[in-house]
Amino acid sequence: MHNTSPETEIRAEKSEARLPIFPRRLLWPLVALSLLFLVNLLISPEFFHLEVKDGRLYGSLIDVLNRSVPVAFLTIGMSLIIATGGIDLSVGAVMAIAGAVCANLMVGGVDNLFIVVGGGLCAGLVAGAVNGGLVGYFKIQPIVATLVFMVAGRGIAQLINGGQIVTFQNANFAFIGVGSAFGLPFPVVLLVGVLLCVHLLMRKTALGLFIEAVGCNPKASYYLGINVAVIKFFVYCLAGVLAAMAGIVATADIQGADANNIGLWLELDAILAVVIGGASLLGGRFSLAASIVGVLIIQALSTTIILSGIEPKFNLLIKASVVILVLLLQSERFQTQIKTLFAMCDPRDRHNVGRELDGL
Amino acid sequence: MAFRTFNILPNKRYMPLVVTTALFFLLFGIGSIQFEGFGSTRVIANLLTDNAFLMVTAIGMTFVILAGGIDLSVGAVIALTGVICSVLIQHYHWHPLLVFPVVVLLGLIFGAAMGVLIHYYKLQPFIVTLAGMFLARGLATTISEESIAINHKFYSRIAEFGVNLPGNAWVGASTIFVLILLGLAILVAHYTRFGGSIYALGDDAQSAELMGVPIAKTTIGVYAMSSGLAAIAGIVFSFYTFSGYSLAAIGVELDAIAAVVIGGTLLSGGVGYVFGTMIGVMIMGLIQTYISFDGTLNSWWTKIVIGVLLLLFIGLQKFLGSEVLFKRSPS
Repeated sequence: MHNTSPETEIRAEKSEARLPIFPRRLLWPLVALSLLFLVNLLISPEFFHLEVKDGRLYGSLIDVLNRSVPVAFLTIGMSLIIATGGIDLSVGAVMAIAGAVCANLMVGGVDNLFIVVGGGLCAGLVAGAVNGGLVGYFKIQPIVATLVFMVAGRGIAQLINGGQIVTFQNANFAFIGVGSAFGLPFPVVLLVGVLLCVHLLMRKTALGLFIEAVGCNPKASYYLGINVAVIKFFVYCLAGVLAAMAGIVATADIQGADANNIGLWLELDAILAVVIGGASLLGGRFSLAASIVGVLIIQALSTTIILSGIEPKFNLLIKASVVILVLLLQSERFQTQIKTLFAMCDPRDRHNVGRELDGL
Repeated sequence: MAFRTFNILPNKRYMPLVVTTALFFLLFGIGSIQFEGFGSTRVIANLLTDNAFLMVTAIGMTFVILAGGIDLSVGAVIALTGVICSVLIQHYHWHPLLVFPVVVLLGLIFGAAMGVLIHYYKLQPFIVTLAGMFLARGLATTISEESIAINHKFYSRIAEFGVNLPGNAWVGASTIFVLILLGLAILVAHYTRFGGSIYALGDDAQSAELMGVPIAKTTIGVYAMSSGLAAIAGIVFSFYTFSGYSLAAIGVELDAIAAVVIGGTLLSGGVGYVFGTMIGVMIMGLIQTYISFDGTLNSWWTKIVIGVLLLLFIGLQKFLGSEVLFKRSPS
């Protein structure tokens, strides 16, 4: 008999349950990111150059992090929504609404930062609640429900702005976008804080498990006693608030609310980041870490293209090729085909190859 | 040829279509009462002319959505087609009549490739067509970043061709072409095996496969058709603007999807009509016309009204909500 206390047994079980999923999911996105960094190391070593100016770090790596922040906020929410089997097309428009609300509050003479930020976050919460209500309680297909806000959202933001680009002067608010803390840009610090909170909320409570259960099989979850509607409502609300946060950071960064351009097409980048992170759009699982790595891959790719001196007009083309490649690598059939191809080159296995090809 | 007999199905299926059509006439009626000159054949003819390319795109989108998919690449394909057309005509001096089949073929191949990725590699349509959007837009920018004006006798001659209607209305070549295309699309949807396969696939892919519907052929065909139609839309668009520009038609995919939904087609697939999509496009055009007639309303109201309409139609479908009309996509 082994002399193990129940406590260690449980701990062993837990780590066993975790290990097979976690590292493997993170492996491929991390490999892709490392490859990108390797390319940078070869073509422009200055990519890794970091220096401290006025108590803050500067360099391409920090730049990648800083530019990733708005999409990263969206991606946290999107990961959870996709885990429930949904999708949210409205987050880019919600960013614009939140930015417009904040800017107009400030122009209207509100100086209290908490009210300004709170107002923006409330706008996001309302948008998220509408999406969540439609999806959770009215059982409307997520893609249609959120399409409403995607189309109307920018119109609403322009309505709030009165059709103008509203600019403002507010040092406190601008700090959210351009300030620095702990030697890092403030948006990055904010992101890390929020990411940590959401991670703890998901993995230290049963919420994360419920979200994955709802995405895996809503009916079974319902019979298990999980309130499917509330879970869905909650993730859309959370995504709305996170989108508002992204909007506030982007607005503070340029010190103006541009209803037409803030967050334009960022919802697509967020969805892409989740998919590159290895999650299925059908739902059932999520890894915030992998999704964030997905965001970094997208941003590092853009920065790499700029640094490598390739003309920016090739930007989209390269992005498309990388996305298609990543997608194919995740496809089981493609993996089998590649294996077969390698097997064909191996003379010992030629016999089996025929059989495998028949199997396809 | 297999005939689909829809008249034996419950009337409920036609409800969204009836509501859409009624709404169109209601909006048109309100506009006619409010503004002088709104209720004329001219406004209707302009609706068709201005939205011809959107109509062509939306027809393709209807088929994709009926089959249970989605195509986000159409706007980018329109831009790419325009750029290729203008480069071949202006820089390589090809005759437009030679260029058109080439670009449509390229469109078909592009769509078929996306279909292959979706069907054989089991990738999600949303993400594959998103990559397709980046690819097409990227190709267009790579070919030319500047807008290229098309200056060809054939173009001006076609653009000038048209029929005068009573009421100072004028129906151009693109309108006539789109109406013919619409007729063909309705024929394909309801009177061919391919059309039947599309409805079956969108309704329930598993049952369709068990019934012997050629899933691979239908999926690839539907995406090829969508991109092919987007290429045709690109040609129509180039007659409208007389140029090719890599940043043209941004967000057209959203307009097309919105038109399809307003036209009463379910995004979960299997339910809807091409005719509804046409009315959907017309309603969206009518809202824009109304706002330009009014003069005091700003253009962003268009977006808000379209959003509200989307909500209305989702609500309607929910209200009618039988199992057929409203089902969850399988997970």
